[in-house]
Amino acid sequence: MDFNMKKEHELLKQLYKEFTENEVKPLAAEIDEEERFPAETVEKMKQYGMLGIPFPKELGGQGGDNLAYIMLVEELSKACGTTGVILSAHNSLCCAPIYEFGTKEQKEKYLIPLAKGEKLGAFGLTEPNAGTDASGQQTKAILDGDNYILNGSKIFITNASCAEVFIVFAMTDKSKGTRGISAFIVEKDFEGFSIGKKELKMGIRGSATCELIFENVKVPKENLLGKVGKGFGIAMKTLDGGRIGIAAQALGLAQGAIDETVKYVKERKQFGRSLSKFQNTQFELADMQTRTDASRMLVYRAACNKDNGIPYSREAAMAKLYAAETAMWVTTKAVQLHGGYGYTREYPVERMMRDAKITEIYEGTSEVQKMVIAASML
Amino acid sequence: MKIIVCIKQVPDTNEVKLNPETGTLIRDGVPSIINPDDKSGLEAALELKDKHGAHITVLTMGPPQAEGALREALAMGADEAVLLTDRVFAGADTWATSLTLAKAIEKMDYDLIVAGRQAIDGDTAQVGPEMAEHLKIPHVSYVNDMKKDGDSLILKRMFEDGYHKIRIQTPCLITALAEMNQPRYMSVGMVFDSFKEKEIKKMTFADLDVEAEEIGLKGSPTKVKKSFTKGVKSSGVKYDNLDEREAAKVIVEKLKEKFII
Repeated sequence: MDFNMKKEHELLKQLYKEFTENEVKPLAAEIDEEERFPAETVEKMKQYGMLGIPFPKELGGQGGDNLAYIMLVEELSKACGTTGVILSAHNSLCCAPIYEFGTKEQKEKYLIPLAKGEKLGAFGLTEPNAGTDASGQQTKAILDGDNYILNGSKIFITNASCAEVFIVFAMTDKSKGTRGISAFIVEKDFEGFSIGKKELKMGIRGSATCELIFENVKVPKENLLGKVGKGFGIAMKTLDGGRIGIAAQALGLAQGAIDETVKYVKERKQFGRSLSKFQNTQFELADMQTRTDASRMLVYRAACNKDNGIPYSREAAMAKLYAAETAMWVTTKAVQLHGGYGYTREYPVERMMRDAKITEIYEGTSEVQKMVIAASML
Repeated sequence: MKIIVCIKQVPDTNEVKLNPETGTLIRDGVPSIINPDDKSGLEAALELKDKHGAHITVLTMGPPQAEGALREALAMGADEAVLLTDRVFAGADTWATSLTLAKAIEKMDYDLIVAGRQAIDGDTAQVGPEMAEHLKIPHVSYVNDMKKDGDSLILKRMFEDGYHKIRIQTPCLITALAEMNQPRYMSVGMVFDSFKEKEIKKMTFADLDVEAEEIGLKGSPTKVKKSFTKGVKSSGVKYDNLDEREAAKVIVEKLKEKFII
């Protein structure tokens, strides 16, 4: 067993750190405040090959691996949870299913521009009445000649208003239950497809989370992703990978909050000495870092399993569960250690705490992760 | 165009601690970076490559771990990397360093050599110009801007109070200022390429036409008498738009404040 990072990952970490410090951190408070999608950052990420890291070069990617990709989500999220999830949704939820389940033509047409970063991707599974119970899909797809006709709507879709390619799930045969769900690749400009209401959220406020509306949208037959009726499996498999991305986002949020707190407790003085001299501060920080390191081990293990072709569904669920709960716990402690200032928007920890909450909810709640883990045990 | 960019791996801080007994730098635990002036030199070379096409070789002399700086340069877009490493090279002052580098460059093909003005861990600004002297080629130091014009380069050489615009014929050497540009980031794909597809070429003493006495500690005429950490001074206050009378008043007040008068 080797817990040391490979040299290429160390060099990437240096790149990610420089990029985050200079390009992401200065915008984080502003995009939160204005609830603005950081299009300029996404453009820069494209320039440096950050939007298709784990995919082969011939498919527009960087020829890297999943560890390299989630390390970037982690680093971005240290400064900005919004930027972290933009990358995670694009990469894990849109590029990955096309890479894993797409035909050669679909990869050429959609994955190449997505991996190059020329287009941004999104994923539409959740509906008003199909959240954790994703099998209750009400969006329908009916075959009509060479096209499927899609009708219905999706909610809480990350990247929605900025994406050009969407993976959308719909019922092709309601009588078959989950075996009646199919996956489709939908383009932004398909007639009848529109973006609905933008959600006003507690955290990750720069992320464009909107409704998708399908009104008689003609989707060409060749845009069916995988086989008819295999959509539910594709969704679950995709979310297994997505969870590693969200776990990395949570990990980054926790580490970012710790880094801010360490800086603060060294500066802030009360009772004639800096907060860092109090044993309570030291013990709290020790617990925060220990739990965050434990998250990191779980997250990296899940990513390495994926890279090595070893099953990772349970590991991804464990990583997501533990990293998300750690992020919530650590960021709450970080605000507490900042005292009154931590509750103000002058310091980034309150934003990190708001951003952390969603990691316990999306791409499978903590409870869903426990179901996945327990199912693998019993 | 063939460009050789000389870089140095340095500790990432302006406040490196010194071992008080030996007067040498304590490098443990301090992250290493490409020296900022050198990195801007590399960026300048990469910009020439983007515009006119060029083959860029990065060269460094140092211990085996200096390979990290070379990989970074490859991941920024350099084509080739050479690590000049041998125990015999250790302990070199600027004279022996520049001679060793020049002897390695003699074995290579080039139109332009780019070096940084000076390293943040030594601040001598001697190695670049000395290399040019060893190689008997012209050099321009403190370059802040570089454009290619046919076979020659148009350079801006900075002074404290102005600059010279110079046209120079290749082959030549320039030393670059960090202010010259904002170096690009590495790109993710090129980080992988720098390990998977590129090799760091190693050169040792045996590859150079030089005597052992001329290089390393033996070939270094500089003897360090004493090293010490510079005291930190505050940056001072600048007063603008004062007439003579007001200015005199401010000076007197400040001197009184400090109990000088």
